[in-house]
Amino acid sequence: MITIQEFGRRLRAHKITAEQITNECLQRIDADNPRLNAFILVMADEARTQARELDRELAAGTDRGPLHGVPISIKDVFDIRGTATTAASRVREGHVADRDATAVARLRRAGAVFIGKTNLHEFAFGTTNEDSAFGPARNPHDPARSPGGSSGGSAASLAAGLALATMGTCTGGSIRIPAAACGTVGLKPTLGEIPTDGIVPLSRTLDHAGPLTQTVADAALVYRALLGEPGAAMPAPAPVSGLRLGVLRTYFCDLLDDEVRARLDEAIDRLRTAGTVIRDVEIRHAADIAPVYLHIQLADASAYHAPTIETMPERYTPAVRRRLELGRYVLAEDYARALAGRDVLRREVDAALADHDALVLPTLPIPAPLIGSDTVQIGGKAEPVRNVMLRLTQLFNITGRR
Amino acid sequence: MTIDSWLQTAIADAERRGLPELRPLLEALAGATKALRAADFNQSPVVGLQSSVPSPQSPASSPQS
Repeated sequence: MITIQEFGRRLRAHKITAEQITNECLQRIDADNPRLNAFILVMADEARTQARELDRELAAGTDRGPLHGVPISIKDVFDIRGTATTAASRVREGHVADRDATAVARLRRAGAVFIGKTNLHEFAFGTTNEDSAFGPARNPHDPARSPGGSSGGSAASLAAGLALATMGTCTGGSIRIPAAACGTVGLKPTLGEIPTDGIVPLSRTLDHAGPLTQTVADAALVYRALLGEPGAAMPAPAPVSGLRLGVLRTYFCDLLDDEVRARLDEAIDRLRTAGTVIRDVEIRHAADIAPVYLHIQLADASAYHAPTIETMPERYTPAVRRRLELGRYVLAEDYARALAGRDVLRREVDAALADHDALVLPTLPIPAPLIGSDTVQIGGKAEPVRNVMLRLTQLFNITGRR
Repeated sequence: MTIDSWLQTAIADAERRGLPELRPLLEALAGATKALRAADFNQSPVVGLQSSVPSPQSPASSPQS
């Protein structure tokens, strides 16, 4: 599928229309969605109507900017007015949004065409997309494998060329994990940078919203629109030579699949060859990341779901229900300890970034796991899939740093 | 509340509520809670009851160090 940038060039050269690219995406959805289960709702009629209107606008001289006429899929936790927001759960049966989430409203103002709503791990509470009231989404590169999660349907829709970009949410890695599993770009912005109102929460203190795209440049275009600045000029790319990069090795590279380690080493070699200044850095409390994250996320999620866990527990998928029930046993004193740990980790990440332009680490310690596998072998040892998948991303939700 | 007493109470409560399948998850959470409480960023009003490593307020354990 062409990139947003390339589509924009062709659109303004009158070589393609918003309606044509929308129809192309819809045809691909018809062909591939039965295999991938990426979409919960395909908004074919609405998308065509939107696209035709945007084509008329452009012909009349109104150009909304880089996302004008771009078909985008939306994770089904974002409210789109007039449609159900299922969160991939039977708990949400009967819901219809009466207005757009702020992020969706900004994309709409920027000219995006909403092609459909994508599958996810129920209530975004998982990393594989297996626990969904609509069945698992599948990885376009190998349908026997998970597309990652929780924004798995979003990543699958993008990687299969069913949309030019997609929107995800991220509480512990749910944008970056599926992006890595499906081979796309995933951008988790800084905490609070993109409004999360109108989005079904998982943890009100950890949730982020952000795009998955085919290229970094496309991510920048969607990010600008999400900030409410769709027409802002793109900053010139920073020269790679001279960039100071900190590689997180201790803890972050302790548990890696051999192939992931090899690709990481290759990437670091290429960065070094390109003239970057690379040195190892440490997050001193890295070993505390998982317990800090767990106590905050479990308690936050359980607080939100407490009423429906009481009144309609049977409507949750069993595994998600169990984790929500588990969160009800987190003690207040341990939640407070986790918040203290969060402050410490935030300061440590800030200190690491103070001397570096960026930190380098792998996103996923493993390739996309097979659907149905509870454990994965790393270094001859069986590790729980969920723990492994969250291991490298959750720090940046705890700290909120991009 | 100690982690052991919390775990026993939580397992009993889960079983009373018809959720015996929570037991392995509660045991795993207990392990995570143990790690959390052992972290050196926890403070205690009595020296010696807190973790043996200094608090993050002390220069030796500053995140910048």
